[in-house]
Order: sequence, then C-alpha cells, then structure tokens
Amino acid sequence: MRYLDEFQDPALARRLLDEIRATVTRPWALMEVCGGQTHSIIRHGIDQLLPSEVELIHGPGCPVCVTPLEMIDKALAIASRPDVVFCSFGDMLRVPGSGRDLFRVKSAGGDVRVVYSPLDALEIARRTPEKQVVFFGIGFETTAPANAMAVHQARRLGVRNFSLLVSHVRVPPAIEAIMRSPHCRVQGFLAAGHVCSVMGVGEYPALAERFRVPLVVTGFEPLDILEGVRRTVRQLERGEHRVENAYPRAVRDEGNPAALRMLAEVFEVADRAWRGIGTIPASGWRLADAYREFDAEHRFDVTDMRAEEPAACRSGEVLQGLLKPYECAAFGKACTPRTPLGATMVSGEGACAAYYLYRRLSPGPAAATGKEATSVG
Amino acid sequence: MCLAVPGKVVGVEERDGTRMAKVDFGGVVKDVCLAYLPEIEVGDYAIVHVGFALQRLDEEAALATLELFARMGALEEEFGDAWGRAAAEAGEPEVPR
Amino acid sequence: MAEAYVEAGGLPDPSVWSCPAPLRDGPVVVLGHGGGGALSAELVSEVFAPAYGNEILSGLGDSAILPLGGTRLAFSTDAYVVRPLFFPGGCIGDLAVNGTVNDLAMSGARAAFLSCAFILEEGTELAVVERVARAMGSAAAAAGVVVATGDTKVVDAGHGDGIYVTTSGVGLVPEGVDIRPQRARPGDVVVVSGPVGLHGVAVLSVREGLEFGVEIASDTAPLGGLVAAMLGVTRDLHVLRDPTRGGVAASLNEIAAASGTGVVLTEEAVPVPEPVANACGFLGLDPLYVANEGRLIAFVPREHADAVLAAMRAHPQGAGAAVIGECVAEHPGMVVARTRLGGTRVVDLPVGEQLPRIC
Repeated sequence: MRYLDEFQDPALARRLLDEIRATVTRPWALMEVCGGQTHSIIRHGIDQLLPSEVELIHGPGCPVCVTPLEMIDKALAIASRPDVVFCSFGDMLRVPGSGRDLFRVKSAGGDVRVVYSPLDALEIARRTPEKQVVFFGIGFETTAPANAMAVHQARRLGVRNFSLLVSHVRVPPAIEAIMRSPHCRVQGFLAAGHVCSVMGVGEYPALAERFRVPLVVTGFEPLDILEGVRRTVRQLERGEHRVENAYPRAVRDEGNPAALRMLAEVFEVADRAWRGIGTIPASGWRLADAYREFDAEHRFDVTDMRAEEPAACRSGEVLQGLLKPYECAAFGKACTPRTPLGATMVSGEGACAAYYLYRRLSPGPAAATGKEATSVG
Repeated sequence: MCLAVPGKVVGVEERDGTRMAKVDFGGVVKDVCLAYLPEIEVGDYAIVHVGFALQRLDEEAALATLELFARMGALEEEFGDAWGRAAAEAGEPEVPR
Repeated sequence: MAEAYVEAGGLPDPSVWSCPAPLRDGPVVVLGHGGGGALSAELVSEVFAPAYGNEILSGLGDSAILPLGGTRLAFSTDAYVVRPLFFPGGCIGDLAVNGTVNDLAMSGARAAFLSCAFILEEGTELAVVERVARAMGSAAAAAGVVVATGDTKVVDAGHGDGIYVTTSGVGLVPEGVDIRPQRARPGDVVVVSGPVGLHGVAVLSVREGLEFGVEIASDTAPLGGLVAAMLGVTRDLHVLRDPTRGGVAASLNEIAAASGTGVVLTEEAVPVPEPVANACGFLGLDPLYVANEGRLIAFVPREHADAVLAAMRAHPQGAGAAVIGECVAEHPGMVVARTRLGGTRVVDLPVGEQLPRIC
C-alpha cells in the first residue's frame, strides 16, 4: 500500500462513476471548498467525466486568493527592508498587493526566498543572526500547525530574529458565509480532507444541521473525489444532510490532538478579513499574547497599514455558481488568461480560465457547459 | 491549502529536542517534523504537509475503502440491478462522521 | 470596501467575493521573463523582435538558419545562470556546451564550433572556475565540438552568482533537411526521446530552502548524435525541439502556435520517472512543465514513425524514447492531454517560472 496510485486506478474510477450515474436522478450543485481538490479535479479531467446532473462549484479554498490586500501590502513593506530576509511559500510571490508583488520587491533588491516549510525559514534565521527573518504564515487549518510550531520553536530556542506575519483563515466560517448568502446555490459540500486531518470533524455537524446540507469529508486523489461526490449525491437523493467521512485513512473524528494543543497555545481565534469580501467574524487566527513578540506586524510596526481594494470583478458570483463565467461582460474580452481581472481567470484550475480554454477547444454553444469538450482529437 | 502527500517513515531522530523523521516519498527523501505524531514509527505512512507529518495513514481504513469500490462494481456485475446495489449499501459501513 | 457588502447578520455577502489578479505589466524585469513561458515570449515579441526586426529572427526557432556561401549555417546562442553551479549529474559548464549543441541539433545541424563568454563574480574561487572549465572541455569533446573563441569579464562582488556562462555555436544543416516548428502537420506522431523532468528536479533538490534527497541526476547530454541517427532514417523530420525551460508543455505549445495545429498528448505515455513524479507531487509541480537538458521532442510523419522510433531506441540518448501523442487539425494552437482516467485537460503555456505551491 502506497496510498497513492491505488487511489488513481482508472478501472475503479469507472465503477464509481457508474455508481454515481445510477444514483443521480436530478441536478445537484456541489462545492469542493479546497483549492487542492479543484486542482485534482481539473488535473484529472474529473469534471468532464461526471454525469451532467452533477455540477461542481469551485469554492474559495485557496489561501493565496483570500489573503487580504493589506496583508500583502504589509508583506511587501517588510520584505523591502534591507535588514530583512523574507521567506514565503512559492505561490504567494505572484499575488499582487497595491501595485507590486513579492517578485517585484525581489527584483528591486529585496531578499525574498521561497521555502518548502516554515522550519526552513527558522533554520535560515538561526544561520543568519545578523538579519531579521520573517515567514509569511498564510493558509488554512492544514498549514497553521506548521507555522505555530515554527514560532514555538523560535521562542524555545531563543531565535529572536525570527518572526511570523500571520494571515490564517479557517474553513467552517467560510462555509457558513456561503450558506448564509441569500443567493446560495450550493446543496452539498466536499469538505477538505486535510483540514479535517488536523481539526477533526467536530465543527461540521452543527453546520450540516443548521443549513440542512450534506458535508462529506473528502480526500484528494481521483477516487477520493469521486467517492466524495457519490456520497454527497446519495445523501441529497435520499433527502439527508449528515456529516460523512469518505477519507477515513487520513481523518479521525478527533483530528490531531497534538496539533490542536499547539494551535490553542500559539494562536487565538480572531476576526479575519478575506480578500474581496471583508471581515468574517472568528474566521481566522492571530498569535496569542504569549507569542506577540514574534508577530512581524508588531515588530515592523505595520499594524496600522490600510489598503483600498481595487474594483472587483465578478469572480465571487462565479465561485458560488451564481454566474457562469461566459455570462460575465468582461469574459474573453477584457478578461483572459493573459490579462486576468480575477483569480478565477488566473490559473488553469480557475473556473473562468477553464471555461475560456474549453471554449477555445470546442467553439460554439456546446462549450457553454464545459462538459462537451470531452471529445477532442 | 491542502497539498499534502503520503510518505513512508524510514528513519527517526531527535534534533534540538524535536522528533524528526526521514520520510520517503517514492524515491524522494525529505526531513519531516514528527512533533504532531509522537507515536509514529519507522515503517508507518503519514500525510505530510509543508514539512510536518499531520496524520498517520490507516492501512485498514484504506483497504476497506478500496474494497468498497471494488465491491461496488462487482455487485453490479453480479446482480446488475437495484437489489445488488441495495445489498452493497447494506453491507457498507455507514461511516460515522 | 468591505462594509458595504456586509449583511445585516454580520457576515459578508459572498456573492461579491473576488480574487486578486497577478500583475503583468510592470515596468521592471521579473524572474518570469526568463522562465520560458508567456512572459518570456512577450519580452521577445514586444521588446527584442521590434528592435532587431528581421525575417530570420522572426522564425523563433531554437537556432537561426543562415544562407552562407551556398550552405545553410545553423547559429545559436544561449546564456546560463543556473544556481547552484553544481548539481547532481552536472554543472553550469556541461549545461552551457550541451545546451547550445542541442539548440543547433534541433534544426538538424551537427555543432562544429562554439564560443564561450564567462562573467565571473569577484571573489569566486579559481578552483571553481577551473572545475567548470574542465567540465566544458569534457562536454565539448563528448559532443565533438571545438570551443574556438571566448571572452571573460569580472563584475564586483555581489553583482553575480559566481559564474555566468554564455555560449554560441555554429554548425551546417545537411542538404534536404528542413526542421522547424512551422512544419508540424496533422497526423504527425509526437515522440519524446526519454524520461522527462530529471534536470529540473535534480537542480531543485539542491536549491536552498527546498533541499531533498533523491537518487536522480540531470539528463544533460548532447543530442547531435541522436538527431543524426534519426536523420539516417529520413530527412523528412518535421519538428525537433529540446524541452528545456518550461518543459514539454512549453515546447508543445510553441510548436502548436507556430504551426497552427493542435497537439493531443496521452498523459500515461509520457515517461516520468517515479522520483520525478513524487518530487513534483510534494512540491506541487507538474512534470510536463519541468526543464530537461538532454531530451528532444520530435514531430515525425506517421509513415516514418516506427523506423525513427527504432533508430532512436538504438541510440544511447534515445533508449527511453516513446510516442506521447499526435498532431491534430482540431483546436489549433492548443495542447490537450488525455488523462489516465479518460478525461481531458488543457496543457497551457506557463506564464512564468513554475513555483512550488501549498494549495
């Protein structure tokens, strides 16, 4: 068992697809919350293999997209300082702040480095005591324990030149915000498996009950995603709304107790601004008082920085499935993958970019659903 | 948010008071922090995200999931009707949340 | 902005959610301009091509084909800034020789002479320079090419990464050979000469902040011999391309765009070594976009495909050759992959450098 190729088997995928086809009787709109799942869906072409009744709405589960503008501006201000080595996950380097991104800070002489883990940034801090080393601590619940540990270790080992710029968000408040929208079309959720590996599933039954919506904890390999879809559709067809765990090999009900203890020690739940949305109550974390000295916002005195968001595109509506990408006035005209107005047009797995590409692939009205594009070549 | 991949623990050591592992991702070996999985042993598989082992992979659960998929098709082939599917679902553990 | 969207209940209305777009039209050079993707292409088409504008340059092949004294000369130049200088399987020196030799080979030419310019950073150890020079010498000998002229400049400490190398090369294009991206035709069989992604992953494995242990080496190698063997089967090869920066994905997109054809890849058929696949797995990279330094992609007329493939497999540099797809008339300018599950996905031109992602 390698826990990888076994869950990519095409023959088993066909069986799952047959089972979904046999179960579904009418249209359902499901949302996968996590960007990693969106990636897997596009990467394997899963969206085109599902029966036409099943619509997958790609949710807002991409930390890169939801990190607010003023936090990016804070990162840019800190990274521009000559005494700072600014470390980040790779995918944050292209996210624009007000007029600049980390790439441009780097090109202007800033010491910006891509690392794989926050512990790598801590190691850089230990090796270069003459510099301030800052790690950009973004991400959802999956990533928070790693960043918490880096700060905890910095305090324990006395690495005073290390600090964390914290912008952590949590999934359940986002699900609540989506469900409370008066226009919400989402009827079932594929909950993010690795978030639940850390947090467990304790926060979800109340959401399932309150909004009468199935929540199925789902993994990331193709078979995992198909199984998540199958179980969600089965609940919907039966009129149920429960929490199910379709990823039991990596998710225990109680989550990871050691990680939860560390989160409770290092962070405290706080209101967080989401880019393009505004503040959602209790939707994120900040450093607890005991760790405040490692907070880069305080250390570099950027707490009061504010930024005006530029005019928004309509990707919020697209993210919720309220608007088909091609129904947006800018789609394919002002907004293309080469000149994107919003993140949904930026990467290949963005809903708008996917539609744009498939429209080119299969011109005509067929491209409207994005499913007819399967018969290429 | 969730790019986490399964790997096999091939070595464990203390470093600066923290439990660290060498984890093999199919021919690629990386240092991984075990602080959150204190019980994990050499030979176990774990889900790893940005240098941290987040959860031990449960082989029994993985096999059960795969078996479920395989049975799903098999019953359909065997019975090819709603009864077969009903039987499949009856035999399928309603996994607790 | 946010307040206006917040509902009475205290939660923002997600129907007005929006996401940020990456900046594209900045006034300064960013790393992506050298990544071999869309940004690189824009730099060439918007800055360089208008400045030098001529017909030869607008061919945009790996090498230029110059009519000279009754012969056709292939001419190519390439700059090397790889970091670290030494990596599993090679160093900046062999890369600089093989890279230019291969650019020439992609027009069917056998490299004859190279020039070599060094930009050295003050403070670089001479022993390091010597190691790189020796590596260049061995690589040139192996490729059967002569380093005929060179130049050296030194820059202040802090203004370079130790060593940068630029090589240029010339070679003769054999009679009857016309290999260029514009010649791809529907029906052509798409072949890759061996496993992909080795160079990019080998270099990443020793890059600061990403280090990981992996028993693979860069594939850096000269391809002149392999191309000669292929031309021994037929002179009518349509396209050759070495998938360096931007990997197989960038090369196929360039060929599709230049020829106005489409490409359909069978994902399962692309030879990706397991360690490459797994390293890409945990870094969040796509092997199709990872650089190679000793591989080529060929568009071969269907009637010659079997014989060309056999000739490639009989050559040491083509032992792992495989058919990975075909050229089609549909979706011109686009590359589409059939996934293992039977779905399809569009393999787009990368914008800039591929970055490790966590999402």
